[in-house]
Amino acid sequence: MNGCASRRLRIRPVSPSATHRAIDAVWRIESARLIAGLTRIVRDVAVAEDLAQDALVAALEQWPQSGIPDKPGAWLAATAKRRGIDALRRRVVLERKRELIGRELEILQQLDQPELAAQVEDVQDDVLRLIFMTCHPVLSREARVALTLRLLGGLSTPEIARAFLVSEGTVAQRIVRAKRTLAEARVPFEVPGRDELTERLSAVLEVIYLVFNEGYAATAGEQWIRPALCADALRLGRILVALMPREAEVNGLLALMELQASRLRARVGPRGEPVLLADQDSARWDHLLVQRGLAGLRRAEELGGALGPYTLQAAIAACHARTRNVEETDWPRIVALYDALAALTGSPVVELNRAVAVTMAFGPEAGLELVDSLADEPALRGYHLLPGVRGDVLVRLGRMAEAREEFERAADLCNNARERELLLSRAVACGARTTPGTIP
Amino acid sequence: MRFMVLVPGSPESEAGEMPSTELLGAMTKYNEELVKSGVMLAGEGLHSTARGAKVRFNGSERTITDGPFAEAKEIVAGYWIWECASRDEAIEWLKRAPFDGGVEIELRQIFDADDFGEQLTPELREANERLREQTAQN
Repeated sequence: MNGCASRRLRIRPVSPSATHRAIDAVWRIESARLIAGLTRIVRDVAVAEDLAQDALVAALEQWPQSGIPDKPGAWLAATAKRRGIDALRRRVVLERKRELIGRELEILQQLDQPELAAQVEDVQDDVLRLIFMTCHPVLSREARVALTLRLLGGLSTPEIARAFLVSEGTVAQRIVRAKRTLAEARVPFEVPGRDELTERLSAVLEVIYLVFNEGYAATAGEQWIRPALCADALRLGRILVALMPREAEVNGLLALMELQASRLRARVGPRGEPVLLADQDSARWDHLLVQRGLAGLRRAEELGGALGPYTLQAAIAACHARTRNVEETDWPRIVALYDALAALTGSPVVELNRAVAVTMAFGPEAGLELVDSLADEPALRGYHLLPGVRGDVLVRLGRMAEAREEFERAADLCNNARERELLLSRAVACGARTTPGTIP
Repeated sequence: MRFMVLVPGSPESEAGEMPSTELLGAMTKYNEELVKSGVMLAGEGLHSTARGAKVRFNGSERTITDGPFAEAKEIVAGYWIWECASRDEAIEWLKRAPFDGGVEIELRQIFDADDFGEQLTPELREANERLREQTAQN
């Protein structure tokens, strides 16, 4: 290792497909920073993204011949700006007779500043500003998710559409409308001040966790897990921790996702079917992720203050990660953590999870009482895990016929093919119906 | 997918010399980039082989050789573990590392448990599991 004198990239003849794969890789690395840096200049994400896309097109045209430049990020930034300036100048010439829209002249002036090249080098803060913009509460949840994956995750519209099982047109519409909404609402390109940081940050964390959960427990379709979405969410979580290392909940969310992701492999059987925690082979857990998750949880706890919802959930996940089987798990501690989480969120879904923990800690009678107290909860109506959990508690009480009914009800409500199979097999495992024909 | 980047040692690293301030600075900046892009999962430098040992296996015989080892070229001096979407992305990241002087850095994809496929039988998995239990008790 002899210092880091400037690297000269030797240009070797490579096949176009290899170059295209390399361009994909560069785009994945650079696109968020490029769009963020351009957004700071032009103050409009839609314009910034168009300019970035223009630069990508230029790279696709030129790099197969010229080779990949030494500093591809800087090349893309410079090209985006030059193309933006050229396009706007052409329009100025073409539309000389007509009034040019003031906004376009403004963008031209912003782009045409010599010192900008230097600024693009250090854009990490811009990435953070962009995250707060794409996760702004003025947008719907779906719009925040789509825009964040597109602008920060570097995913294409078809990729997002495939991930969420909606049409490309729907995603494209969502993104266009989201960008328009941000422009119309004049959402500033900035990290929110202390007074609103907690609230705005929780919107950001929600988007990342939504993406993760969509991958972790695919809500619809044939597959039980879509690992690529989990990977995208983990990456966004890691970026955010690097940008805001002192925020406990940011660390808490990443710890939660890493601990949950550590079990991804063990959650799926050989035929793609789900495997419940109690039946998982802990040798298949991802121990690097377990260690990272536990370390992240420690950091979140050490940052002080009352534990937030993500840190509490990470602490619960850590209880599972620290033990190798369900019997050894510290269920009373998990109940206590769920108590704190329920007090914080008031969520019936949390109450339902708490009922599972109570069943394990204090027996199925106590658990059933809690589950039944949730029976009329409007938020849980149609939620397949309510009968699913009740079935599980009834099995522990030896009330197999009732359990069977609950599993069948749960299967009816479940949208995921793999999970439905699991619920139906649990129903079958409860034995024959005692009173055939009574189940709707 | 996960990758390991293996950084080879040099006579300087074997002599326990710290890299120049310039290189340390460049390496810190590079590591920051990796972290801020959500790519780096782990990474450590290794002490010189003077602090290590080699164990040679021959039937039931075990021969221990204390460091340092002669062939500095074949010595690993550090590693990274990265999470990337593709091998191309990992290569693109590696190209940006501040190395020089003809040094060759090796990039390897890490096995996923699923990559073992049929080779990792339920029995082997179970053996793995027992091993883990013993480790945890120690």
